[in-house]
Amino acid sequence: MSGVREALAKARYYVREFSGEAAYDRYVAHARSHDPDAEVLTRRAFERARTDAREADPREGFRCC
Amino acid sequence: MPEPEATGTTRDTAGASSGGLSPKSIAVWVLVALIGAIGWGVLALSRGEEISAAWLLAAALGSYAIGYRFYSRFIADRVLRVDKTRATPAERLDNGVDFHPTDRRVLFGHHFAAVAGAGPLVGPVLASQMGYLPGTIWIVAGVIFAGAVQDMVTLFFSTRRNGRSLGQMARDEIGPVGGAAALVAVFVIMIILLAVLALVIVNALADSPWGVFSIGMTIPIALFMGFYLRVLRPGRITEVSLIGVALLLLAIIAGGWVADSSFAGVFTLDKQTLVIWMVAYGFLASVLPVWMLLAPRDYLSTFMKVGTIALLAVGVVIAMPVLKMPSVTDFASRGDGPVFSGSMFPFVFITIACGALSGFHALVSSGTTPKMIQKETQVRVIGYGAMLTESFVAVMAVIAACIIEPGLFFAVNSPAGVVGATVESASQAVTHFGFAISPEALAQAAKDVEETTLLSRTGGAPTFALGMSQIFSSVIGGAGMKAFWYHFAIMFEALFILTTVDAGTRVGRFMLQDTLGNVHKSFKDVSWKPGVWIASAVVVGGWGYFLWVGVEDPLGGINQLFPLFGIANQLLAAVALAVCTTLLVKSGRLKWAWVTGLPLAWDVAVTLTASYQKVFSENPKIGFFAQRDLYQDGIDAGKVIKPAKNLDQMHTVVTNATVDGVLSVLFALLIVVVLVDAARVCVKAVRAPQDVALTEVPWSESRIVAPAGLIATPEERRELAAAGLDSGGGKTKEPVA
Repeated sequence: MSGVREALAKARYYVREFSGEAAYDRYVAHARSHDPDAEVLTRRAFERARTDAREADPREGFRCC
Repeated sequence: MPEPEATGTTRDTAGASSGGLSPKSIAVWVLVALIGAIGWGVLALSRGEEISAAWLLAAALGSYAIGYRFYSRFIADRVLRVDKTRATPAERLDNGVDFHPTDRRVLFGHHFAAVAGAGPLVGPVLASQMGYLPGTIWIVAGVIFAGAVQDMVTLFFSTRRNGRSLGQMARDEIGPVGGAAALVAVFVIMIILLAVLALVIVNALADSPWGVFSIGMTIPIALFMGFYLRVLRPGRITEVSLIGVALLLLAIIAGGWVADSSFAGVFTLDKQTLVIWMVAYGFLASVLPVWMLLAPRDYLSTFMKVGTIALLAVGVVIAMPVLKMPSVTDFASRGDGPVFSGSMFPFVFITIACGALSGFHALVSSGTTPKMIQKETQVRVIGYGAMLTESFVAVMAVIAACIIEPGLFFAVNSPAGVVGATVESASQAVTHFGFAISPEALAQAAKDVEETTLLSRTGGAPTFALGMSQIFSSVIGGAGMKAFWYHFAIMFEALFILTTVDAGTRVGRFMLQDTLGNVHKSFKDVSWKPGVWIASAVVVGGWGYFLWVGVEDPLGGINQLFPLFGIANQLLAAVALAVCTTLLVKSGRLKWAWVTGLPLAWDVAVTLTASYQKVFSENPKIGFFAQRDLYQDGIDAGKVIKPAKNLDQMHTVVTNATVDGVLSVLFALLIVVVLVDAARVCVKAVRAPQDVALTEVPWSESRIVAPAGLIATPEERRELAAAGLDSGGGKTKEPVA
């Protein structure tokens, strides 16, 4: 059982990392690692800022032919 | 300033893991080499008989394994001297957002998804007109010695420069002239690239109500996903992607219903109408906010891309189809093939860019990926490894193109001027090439995938879709599923081509705004709407022009434009390899400069020969100006020359040939400018090494412990265990000894 659970957890980790879903958690962890009480953006505000950054410089995240 | 020798610890560890192969690993590598050699042997010795695609896979995979294990390791350890004690930008500048050390297995996926697109699926299909062997040899040899090397070395140097872009590195390391030439090259290439990709889609969707309906549905699906992520549940990318993919599959199935219904007429569009829709879409998509259309489309196309490529690999292995195309056709030596003109050298090497050597990858390798890499030692698996994977995709495209009947291949890929409009005329034309196929068989092939016609569906996508539907339907669903799989494949290619059209227009616009900003300051402000609209309109107008021309050209748009796209892509590779070679020389690695210098020399020979032939050849099928003269003389004499049908079309040919010819000259000049400037800098660096100024970020100590390859070695596992980390690696409190 624990083997299956471990495999599922691993799959979940990869999917979240690969899709970019983990970006917010990473941002919060990063901010809190320096100051546990740091003010962080809400998920909504963070995701907005993240997409809007591509607006400002479309070269980020460009994909090839 | 010559590069300091890597520190003692690195050399020791590198020595410990590479020195002295164990008998077991010697046996394994001898076996791998044998598999590859047998694969190549069967490919080379087969004369006339049909062979299994398994041999192609064996040859490719065996060669990749050897190239990765030995050549990429040599480049990493001896040439680049990657340093595991040196902190990467991701570690030094970690901000948790764009700079952050990323699990190498995740980054491999990101990098692969960013470099692999429609390119490796299109070029190899077109090149199959010369048989499967020339294309396969170039894909495999090209990736091992040129393409993967370029990606890896660019990634390495950009990582040492905080993720600077190729253009910035060209300016910093070569100079303002070379830098400016590189910038112009990127812009012009982008325009041609977008036009050719859009043309591929227009050719696949023309008169196909099923295709138009399903692709059209991706717009509302993407808008819904965008709204969901922005308003309903921000950041829940996985769930919205799953919903999106489900809707997408529904759209493909519904396309079949629509095609059978009375609505079919509404979605049956000719090429000219599709061009107008494409241009309108391209403009609107690029001025809408990223979150509405681009971001959700990106998620959708990445999911589809990775999923379909994995499925295809499994399908090929299970179905093991037989290659029906000859290994080398007569077109290879005669150079008069209908898909593209010109002989094997240089045109196979121009036609297959992505999958063997693609300049565009240098833009991805310098930019996003270097900001996320945990360890310098990982440039090997990410730069070299991901490119090998893309090359494998290209090999699968060759397989898809070569398992369908050769007669069908040529009927699908020849311009309308060659095969005519009916199955009878097409059968006759193709039989004339030496590949017999009956009119009934052509009609049946179209009926199988529920299209009205497959004739002259040039551009590679429909051919690839035919091959893929043949493979998939032999594994799942049988002949009844052929139409579904065909449209699935078309959807899959159209999806990421449309994403590229949107993203590429934005990049072109950004570059244009940046340049125009030097003249009129407001242009630099990317939130200044008139500037955005004007620059977008210019970029869309640019590729829209070539797209229109490609559809109208009686000689066939793909036939005329694809060589230009290939030359442009190889030109960008020349820029990247020139920057890499210059950096090797400047950083005191002169004796290893051949590692990128030889592929550069080859690439320049190919590109300049192709440009020379495109400009000066007296054969009007190859030389643009010879073509122009032929048709101009015809106009002067009041004659109509086939395949033009009237004087208007004669004028179209004259205008197109002139524009294409001028572009060929421009590309050749740009290459020469970059090369001369790079050579000047190299000579200076060799003469006076003490005066060399490198822009490299100084060494600082890394505290990250992470394996170099996808799978940790026993020694790396011990290091991870000692630091109390899992297989993903991470930061330690103590400095790495």
